[in-house]
Amino acid sequence: MIRDALLIAGKDLRLELRSRVALNQVLPFALLVLVLFAFALDPDKSVLTQATPGLYWIAVLFSALLALQRSFAIEATDGNRDALRLSGLDPAGIFLGKVMAVSAQLLVLEALLGVGVAVLYTSRIEGWILLAVTSVVATASIAAAGTLYGVLAAGLRVRETLLPLLLLPVLAPVLIGSTRAFEAALNGSPSEGWPWVGLMSIFASLYVVAGIFGFGPLLEES
Amino acid sequence: MEQTRPALSPVPVVHLRGAVALLGRFPALAGVDLDIEARRIVLLRGANGAGKTTLLRTLAGLVPVAGGEAVVLGVDLVADPRAVRHRVGLLGHATGLYDELTVGDNVRFWARAAGADPADVERALTRLGLDGRLRTVAVGRLSAGQRRRTSLACLIARRPELWLLDEPHAGLDQEGRDLVDTLVREAVAAGATVVLSSHELDRSLQLADSVITVAGGVVRPDPSPAPGANDGDAR
Amino acid sequence: MTTQLDAAPEGLDSTGSRGTRVLGVLAIVGLAALALFGLVLSPPDASQGEVVRILYVHVPSATFAYIGCFLTTIGSAMFLWRRSAWWELVAYASAEIATVFTAIVLVTGMIWGRPTWGVFWVWDARLTSTAMLLLLLLGYLAVRRLPADHDVRTKRSAIIGLLLVPNVIIVRQSVQWWRTLHQKPTLLANGVGAKIEGLMLFSLFIGFIAIGLVFAWLLIHRFRLAWLEDQLDDAGLDAAIAERRSEGEPS
Repeated sequence: MIRDALLIAGKDLRLELRSRVALNQVLPFALLVLVLFAFALDPDKSVLTQATPGLYWIAVLFSALLALQRSFAIEATDGNRDALRLSGLDPAGIFLGKVMAVSAQLLVLEALLGVGVAVLYTSRIEGWILLAVTSVVATASIAAAGTLYGVLAAGLRVRETLLPLLLLPVLAPVLIGSTRAFEAALNGSPSEGWPWVGLMSIFASLYVVAGIFGFGPLLEES
Repeated sequence: MEQTRPALSPVPVVHLRGAVALLGRFPALAGVDLDIEARRIVLLRGANGAGKTTLLRTLAGLVPVAGGEAVVLGVDLVADPRAVRHRVGLLGHATGLYDELTVGDNVRFWARAAGADPADVERALTRLGLDGRLRTVAVGRLSAGQRRRTSLACLIARRPELWLLDEPHAGLDQEGRDLVDTLVREAVAAGATVVLSSHELDRSLQLADSVITVAGGVVRPDPSPAPGANDGDAR
Repeated sequence: MTTQLDAAPEGLDSTGSRGTRVLGVLAIVGLAALALFGLVLSPPDASQGEVVRILYVHVPSATFAYIGCFLTTIGSAMFLWRRSAWWELVAYASAEIATVFTAIVLVTGMIWGRPTWGVFWVWDARLTSTAMLLLLLLGYLAVRRLPADHDVRTKRSAIIGLLLVPNVIIVRQSVQWWRTLHQKPTLLANGVGAKIEGLMLFSLFIGFIAIGLVFAWLLIHRFRLAWLEDQLDDAGLDAAIAERRSEGEPS
């Protein structure tokens, strides 16, 4: 299972290196969202700085939707789904590989977006450990739930519209948790943030387990 | 998993009795009876929509068998269609390749997924004439014939026991078609079994040991096929 | 693809039966009793006044909305585990009715909130998680009603159904923490949690029975309707196979 996961993750990341879709399209989109927030909210009042954690995670969430759509778009062309089913790869391994590849891309995006927030919103950044752990756990949650719901929507004519409807309500706890944990870190009270990390860890575990068992049956339907 | 050589196995490689396969609610296979012995080359013929592609996909374990019996390579497809998949090679209309990856990346990925030897990857690339400049070209920039060659390279690197070829000659030049025929004969010599559908009847009848006519989702008894007769939908 | 559907499915040919008619009559009687006790006989609340009467519908609806969600998750699990089409239909029917009940809960809650809190909506933990529940249910129904192959729809919606209750629990937990870390849950102090007794308690009891009967009646009918729809789809299969075979006959 792990061998298959690494094979799939390697393939997806190699494909990203060759096509640069995440780098050239998803990342600029995320930065664009940050700028749009500044247009919508008055940048002179301290609204932006106060709302930084929430705006940051909203931008991550929307970018994650694009990254997930992309992750399944590459399997949707020219019979790749059949080829995956015929390949002998463990479906659980395919799921974990996709989660790893999406997570890796999102973590890079989050780091760059963090720089963007610090520069554009002049937010002070503190509490590095909590910020880093929150990012990793929240990213794993988004990638695991997103990959499971992504394959749920894959192969349907309505997949672009269906995925946000299915995924965003489910990810609400992750948005709340990551935002509160970031607030706690930035306000210098990290002890308030750790319970949220715990909640998101449970969330991520739930979806990794659900994906390992659910991915096979879902891949069968086409 | 026991590795019985197909030539020695007591059961036929393909054994279908009244096999029904549904596409949605449409019975694409409406009760197929078919037996294929090991190391045979079997040609499926029939009009478009007769059920040839669905038959090949069913044999690959991709389309569930909704009724009847179906045993392929000793695996009961009704009980567990997944168990047969890694032992068959299916060449379909779709190539199953990633456009952004190079020819070499694609063949290596699919071969490794099937647990193939790296040496087999090199051999497959060389055999299909993809070891030169083409190896580093993204698949999205290939011609249809080159894509098909790449897809064939993925197939032979996996060394399947049962080859299922859906119109393998389509989109290939004269040289490519000859290569397909050579590869098929080599595979059979090495112990594999081949089922192919083709509209290139003259070429395929020379290649095949036996011919099966598919129509209306069933196999028609047709002992003496006349080459090229009454099959008027060549592409 | 054309399939012949002229053959009437055997067995069940209506969603009604003697049992459901009795149940339906009981539900109507229950609702009448609820109207009588809730609107006429029970006294207005000391602090909330007349507004309290809406809770006799609101609270039971919320309870049965949750019961519907549990049935959806149990039905989905049984379908995935045992391949039971019966349980799949239970899950689907429950999800649909739970959606209606959740909408009723939200609407009655807002009507109750306007005079009580002065606004239709507050970002209270219970309200917010109920709204999220509605969205999760709509997601399930969106997949279950996709214009796609029957097996595709049922299997995919079953995975969503299976995750419905875990999702609701996590959403509730996160929303609760989210609100309580910032403000005390004062709004509920004079709300649903307040003590009630006597005729008011009895009215609420009648509410549970009446809404429960309505829930059961709707569930049975919705289940039977979905079952009949499936029967209709299956009825054409033999004819479709015969038709398919005849395509290849030499004419």
